[in-house]
This record gives sequence, C-alpha cells and structure tokens, in this order.
Amino acid sequence: MDISRRDLFQVGGKLLVLASVGATLEQITGAAPPSDAYKMADHWWGMLIDIDKCIGCGNCVRACSKENNVPEGYFRTWVERYQVEEGKQPRVDSPNGAMDGFPPNTRTGLKAFFVPKLCNQCADSPCVQVCPVGATFVSPDGVVLVDKSYCLGCRYCVQACPYGCRYLHPETNTVDKCTLCYHRITQGLTTACCESCPTGARQLVDFKNPRDPVHEFLRHNKVQVLKPYMATEAKVYYKNLDGSVR
Amino acid sequence: MRQFLHDAGHLLRPALVLLAALGVFLIVRAVVVPKAFGQYGHYRPAALDAARAHPVAFAGQDTCLLCHEDEGKARAAGSHAHVACEACHGPLSKHADDPVANVPQLPDVANLCRRCHEKDAAKPAGFPQVATVEHSGGAKCDGCHQPHNPKL
Repeated sequence: MDISRRDLFQVGGKLLVLASVGATLEQITGAAPPSDAYKMADHWWGMLIDIDKCIGCGNCVRACSKENNVPEGYFRTWVERYQVEEGKQPRVDSPNGAMDGFPPNTRTGLKAFFVPKLCNQCADSPCVQVCPVGATFVSPDGVVLVDKSYCLGCRYCVQACPYGCRYLHPETNTVDKCTLCYHRITQGLTTACCESCPTGARQLVDFKNPRDPVHEFLRHNKVQVLKPYMATEAKVYYKNLDGSVR
Repeated sequence: MRQFLHDAGHLLRPALVLLAALGVFLIVRAVVVPKAFGQYGHYRPAALDAARAHPVAFAGQDTCLLCHEDEGKARAAGSHAHVACEACHGPLSKHADDPVANVPQLPDVANLCRRCHEKDAAKPAGFPQVATVEHSGGAKCDGCHQPHNPKL
C-alpha cells in the first residue's frame, strides 16, 4: 500500500486525539462522592492534647490497638515519659509504647511529665509529598490516610515523617498509620483514644465547626505543635508543651 | 516522489513507532487508572471509603447510657464523672449490637486502678495517686472503693 506522509499524519493525529479524549473522559466522569450526610468539605480535623492532664495510663494506646487492630509491637499512638534535669539531656522512656502504663517512678526534684504522641495530621505533610504513587494523601477534611491498594511499601514516607508516626505493617507490607479513626469521626463518634482517655487530656477537634470548643481553647491557652520549624502545618496542638520535647 | 518516500522512511518508521507507543500508553492509562482518580487530589477517592469501612470497636459513651442509665447516674455523682464507660470496660460495640450473645467480662481491678492511680512524679500534682504497695499492701481496690463512685 502506498501511504503518503499527509495520510500518515492525518490518521495518526486522529488516533491520538481519540485516545486522549478517551483518557480525559474517564477522569471527568468519575465516581460520585459518598452519598450520605457526612460532608468532607464541612470539616477540618485535628486534636488538642493537654500535657497537664495526661497521667500516662496508656488507655489511649490500648484503645487504639483494639480499635484499629494494630499489630503487636507497633503503635499508631504512644505515650512518652519525660524526666528533665537541669543542664542534662532529658530522659525519655516509653515501655512498649505505654501499652501497660508506666512502671512506678517516685524520683522527685525533676521536671517530669507525659507526652502522648500520634500522627500530627499535617496539612502540608512531608509523607504525602514524597509518596511516588499517590498512595498517601490529605483527605478533604484534613486527615492523612494511606491507600493500601496503591501503597508499594517503599517506606519513603516512613523516613520522611518527622514524628516517627508511620510503620510498615508486617502482614500487608503496606504502610500503616493513625487514621484519626476516620471510620469513627465520619459517623459522629470521637476517636478511640479520645473516647477512652479518662482525664480528657486528648480532644478531637474540628476547626471548621464554629461551635467547637477548640476556638475558645486556642483563644485562652498557650499551645504549640511538635517541631514547628519543620513547617508541616501540624494540626495536633499541645497545651503547655515543654521545650525539651522532640 | 518514490525516491523521497524511500529516504524519508528513515524518519517515518521511528515516528510511527513513537506514535503507536503513545497511543498504547494513553489507552492503557485510560483503562488502568481508576475513573475518579484525581477528583480530590493526586489519589484514589475510593480509598476514603475504604478507610471508613473499618468496623467500630468502641461503641461510645452515648450508646452505653442508652441501657445503663443507672450506672451513668451513679458515676455522675462522683469523681469518675468524666471517665467514659469503655475507658475501664474496654471496647464493647459488639455487646451493644447484641447484649445477650456478647456478655463483657468485668475488668481486672488489680491492674486497672493501678495504671491510673499509681504514684508517679510525672503525673499532674493534683491527680489522686497512691503508692499501692504502701497504701493497701496489694489488696484489691474495690474492696474499699466503689469504682463507679469512688469516695472513701
């Protein structure tokens, strides 16, 4: 068959246009968002942690583990005990993530306190930025989640998280982390850790809800996020956080 | 013309291959990438539904009080007023779904009270704490204290 250059470009061009139209159509006519009362655009989730209320009982760690089937030896949340002596490096312990609370300690004369930790739900998260396949993302309501079916298990995000909040699940070999109990907060419940905290040291907050007590709290209290110099826009606020906490 | 086509073939053939590869790439991408990818950002929106599909283990305070109103009232009068039921009794959504088939076990008092009230310098000064060994010599707390309304 004799084919001229003109014919070739005409046919090729048509094929190209057809294929790209097909591809973009697929993206435009996407699936509808979840059709229930929960509207992602109306929420912006975070957490308040009051250091002065935490008693280091480990209830949050146990509750998280049970609610989310966290494998043994891994933690989506944990509690650290700080003992700070003047002029020395702070002593930090967290036996088994405080799953069984802390062994008794009666040393006095030190500045000592507990610091509960969890994913800081950063709005500008390093873990999301480094994911090569779009498996981790900030949801429209401000929760950092992992798409298990997309995660390759490359652990880039585990290294990128400045707070050490991610781990590779030993069974699925995909990255796992705190979801801020996304399955609970999207149906009007609080997180498992907040539900089980006996002193109210942890509180789930919704920054987009004008009636959330968080606004009053932030007006009257001195708060800080962990590692503010990382500019991650963390949404877990700590009240009365000591400068020694890393 | 014939001679020209023959010479130009060196350019045409690679161009054909390139075009074909591009076409294949676009078609494969259209088929493989999920329809809604990119709806909210560079990720699959169905992952949000997957995260929401996880079962709930802790039923929540309000659910407990639907049936256990009396315990709720007893607790409201004491210093455990703001401690949720499942903080001590553990996750009980299965019990809430079917109270007959899933009867919860009572908490292990010896460990339970100690975790919160064992003396520790790191605990807030105003929080009630005791060195359990000196305080009771290891006797069970609920021998003297009522857990739902713990006055002395």
